[in-house]
Amino acid sequence: MGNVKRSPWLLHYDGSSCNGCDIEVLACLTPVYDAERFGIINTGDPMQADIFLITGGINKANQAVVKQLYDQMPRPKVVVAVGVCACTGGVFKECYNIIGGADTTIPVDIYVPGCAARPQAIIDGIVKAIDLWQAKADKMENVQKELNKLDKLEEKEKK
Amino acid sequence: MAKQSIVPFGPQHPVLPEPIHLDLVLEDEKVIEAIPSIGFVHRGLESLVDKKDFNEMTYVIERTCGICSFMHGMGYCESVEKIMNVEIPDRGKYLRTMWAEMSRVHSHLLWLGLLADAFGFESLFYQCWRMREKVLDLFEMTTGGRCIFSVNKIGGVLKDVDDVMLATIKATTQDIAAELRVIRKTFMEDYTVEARLRGVGILTKEQAHNLGTAGPFARASGIKMDMRTTGYAAYGDLDFDIITSNECDSYGRCEVRINEIFQAIDLIGQCIDKMPKGDIATIVKGNPNGEAFVRMEQPRGEAVYYSKANGSKFLERMRIRTPTFANIPGLLETLKGADFADVPLLILTIDPCISCTER
Ligand code: SF4
Repeated sequence: MGNVKRSPWLLHYDGSSCNGCDIEVLACLTPVYDAERFGIINTGDPMQADIFLITGGINKANQAVVKQLYDQMPRPKVVVAVGVCACTGGVFKECYNIIGGADTTIPVDIYVPGCAARPQAIIDGIVKAIDLWQAKADKMENVQKELNKLDKLEEKEKK
Repeated sequence: MAKQSIVPFGPQHPVLPEPIHLDLVLEDEKVIEAIPSIGFVHRGLESLVDKKDFNEMTYVIERTCGICSFMHGMGYCESVEKIMNVEIPDRGKYLRTMWAEMSRVHSHLLWLGLLADAFGFESLFYQCWRMREKVLDLFEMTTGGRCIFSVNKIGGVLKDVDDVMLATIKATTQDIAAELRVIRKTFMEDYTVEARLRGVGILTKEQAHNLGTAGPFARASGIKMDMRTTGYAAYGDLDFDIITSNECDSYGRCEVRINEIFQAIDLIGQCIDKMPKGDIATIVKGNPNGEAFVRMEQPRGEAVYYSKANGSKFLERMRIRTPTFANIPGLLETLKGADFADVPLLILTIDPCISCTER
């Protein structure tokens, strides 16, 4: 976590979770576990968020909501699936209204297992997400640099 | 007449911990009507009865809701035990009661924290959640889990609690009571907090009765109704009064819940003092056949568990009616005529548990 350049913001959405993972995520953000010491802050606005924490599986009603939230987030973005429900569907996998884990709808980067996921595991997931987010940001920067170089070459050729 | 506008509220909203969608019809800043639409958390877990046998269902039912998970498991087990005519040992009953009351303490503390957050008192929110962590530590010590405990089984409980743990529970809950007495002052006497709560979201006794509200929401409107007085589990042997308030507003709801925490801590103490020795579970043989109906008091109000069995391994039907579902009509009534800025607070005052409601 050494080379993080900016504090990523966190968006939390409760898919069809049983609340167990949900309150554990909230508990992580309160002073006892204090995930905010890693520089993250919880936001309610997807357009300002970098890390998407999703708890609970995907059902027919919330699929569109989850997809929209993901699309509204600016790049680079990292998705963390918290709890077995969000990873695979969990105990509810066989329910008629559950489509599956979060990865059936959006690409998931980090899976945090557990039912309910323990705060320590969630914090671990968040720390990994911050690293991954920085790596993605670096990659984007490099690509941008290359593109800029190409642009300059093209301009030169035109002249 | 002022122009009407419709503001969508949710499912994803900064103040909502859980997804519920409301269409608020506004006239200037006043809410004229609120139209709810739910279904974002619906999983259909009741339908799992024909895929999981009645013993496994305990663990599924527990995951109806992660806040009152223990009570869901307990309600389900009691309904199946009722069908099978199983009398569980006294120690099992007392342990169940103790854990149920601990759930109430943690649920109400969680609610108080969220309430503080809703009116923008961040440090109070953190204080409440810090106290709540102590209860979770007790749960972890006795059951091994923080949210989902899986200690219920048909015929009793799975884990015993030794005397050292019981002493710790008693001491820690007393600590919590002492800390809560300090925080109570802020909730009940602070000028700003009172200004946000008093007279907001009035629901008269008559309305509360007609709309069929349940739990602290009804008790804050002066309705004396508490399913614990029916004496399920060990409640028959314990000594407690129904806590009500005649304020009929958000302030009253806060008052009722704070007093219920003290009551629950007192009940935990009584359970520990009277804790009988002996087995924690009886052996249950065979499959259930018949139907049963169990009512119990959850932190949010009265929940109803209905099970129907046909003599096979799988139940025929399992149904839960949760308190939040009963409270939604009451909520819509309080929203009418409220200020737009008070909407998050009012939604919170019924202590909504959407995942229970939609299952
Ligand atoms: S993983 Fe378990 S605790 Fe988490 S939402 Fe699913 S059922 Fe609830």
